[in-house]
Amino acid sequence: MELSVLLPAMAFYVFAGAAIAFAFGVVAARNPVRSVLFLIMTFFSAAGLFVLLGAEFLAMILVMVYVGAVAVLFLFVVMMLDIDFVEMRQGFADYLPLGGLLAFILTVELIVLGASWSVSSKAEGLRQAPISGDQDNLSAFAQVLYTDYAFFLEAAGLVLLVAMIGAIVLTNFHKKGIKRQNIPAQIARKAEDGVELVDIKPGQGL
Amino acid sequence: MAEFFSMLFDTSTALGWFVVTLLKVLGFVVVLLVSLAFILLADRKIWAAVQMRKGPNVVGAFGLLQSFADFLKFAFKEVIIPAGTDKAIFILAPFLSLVMAFIAWSVVPVAPGWVISDMNVGILYLLAISSLGVYGIILGGWASNSKYSFLGALRSTAQMVSYEVSLGFVIVTVLLLAGSMNLSEIVEAQAGGFWHWYGLALSPITLVMLPMMVVFFISGLAETNRPPFDLPEAESELVAGYQVEYSSTLYLLFMIGEYLNIVLMCAMVTILFLGGWHAPFDFAPFTWVPPFIWFSIKLLFIFFLFAMVKAIVPRYRYDQLMRLGWKVFLPLSMGAVVLVSAWVVFAQGGA
Repeated sequence: MELSVLLPAMAFYVFAGAAIAFAFGVVAARNPVRSVLFLIMTFFSAAGLFVLLGAEFLAMILVMVYVGAVAVLFLFVVMMLDIDFVEMRQGFADYLPLGGLLAFILTVELIVLGASWSVSSKAEGLRQAPISGDQDNLSAFAQVLYTDYAFFLEAAGLVLLVAMIGAIVLTNFHKKGIKRQNIPAQIARKAEDGVELVDIKPGQGL
Repeated sequence: MAEFFSMLFDTSTALGWFVVTLLKVLGFVVVLLVSLAFILLADRKIWAAVQMRKGPNVVGAFGLLQSFADFLKFAFKEVIIPAGTDKAIFILAPFLSLVMAFIAWSVVPVAPGWVISDMNVGILYLLAISSLGVYGIILGGWASNSKYSFLGALRSTAQMVSYEVSLGFVIVTVLLLAGSMNLSEIVEAQAGGFWHWYGLALSPITLVMLPMMVVFFISGLAETNRPPFDLPEAESELVAGYQVEYSSTLYLLFMIGEYLNIVLMCAMVTILFLGGWHAPFDFAPFTWVPPFIWFSIKLLFIFFLFAMVKAIVPRYRYDQLMRLGWKVFLPLSMGAVVLVSAWVVFAQGGA
């Protein structure tokens, strides 16, 4: 087979296989920190698949946002939790029938879905539509986001802003009676302000 | 024979591409590692000179071979893996740190065409890889199963995540001016004398870009855990932070990774603000000097500043560090993005 076809195909199977294997690791790992690590590797494999599709921008953003920020916070929380692994395993047998039933139903649903699913005849054309060939995917992306759908993007940004302000309002208490730092005052402080020389007469005290 | 060689180095074929890329990678790795040995020595010498000491001066002339002696010492010592560690992750972490530091260099152009992968989202790739570099530290600290290591790792990670934000915004200002995310194109956009470099340009926008260069430099110090932001390794509080339990080769890997990241930061300042490989004056005799030499000179100058900062600035307190990142640099760099966008649209008439 031609190398230019073989190499991407090989890369696809490596990344896709790795993604599935790591995703299995997430649920199978005994240690929650290792679960998060497997999750990170899953994200990373997904980013590899994006690169194969020619969407480098999406791949880099996926790594930056999910791997670089979200997963780090996950890792922080999981590492600092005081988890008793023995206790966590205890309910395993009790939940097995219910969990098994759910897994069975989901599997049947997936099989039904997979059997009845067919690729639309328009799919190929729609996939080609956004990029006109002489554009790289970065500028195509920018065109769609910041020109065609600029107002929707800004509306989404506003929603996030409201969510952010909400989170700050929920967690930011100003308790009374707590000394807070006043940075400009600290910086402006000179030695003369901090030291007071008192002339004490002998035998008199303060 | 000649035919065989021309076939071997013909990048249009798969074999030729493979051979050429492999040679490029080897070249980068060898040059980086060898120059790292001397950069490390320079760091110690500068530090010593500021403190009126001699610094390493025993091994080789002027101590030039000190780094190689240290290397041998590290390599031949016993690897100690403490009881209670997560062994697999404990060993994996330094490797991760080193690999992330190396693969970031794959998009750095050191001279016209001298780059392993000239990808069009190069700068995003650098940001993505530097955010992955956090994992080497946090995993190493956690797997050590020691309080000092863990605290050091948490500090380091929080610090790197915080300063990445302002680094990203500063990079956006450069991207707006250059109109490209490709590192080679960013350098090319600064061609023609130092008055075209984004950090020093002779135009009103320098009032914004020069402070941004300083912000980038300081954020770079924090991002690479260098003094005055070396709280993860604050020896008076945490012994050696996330590296406490590491010894011998594993420690060496961490240290090489750390210094590679520092040099990478210097290279980024060079590329984004100091015109990369371009000569400061675009006429002879300055243009006779090869571009690679100019790149190295600028990089080493920035590294000299890194070393000087280490020698003369006292360590920050942790809350001051966080305040500087979130309350000073972030608003400053966001404001700069607004100003530069306005400049690009209204003064240069571009979009």
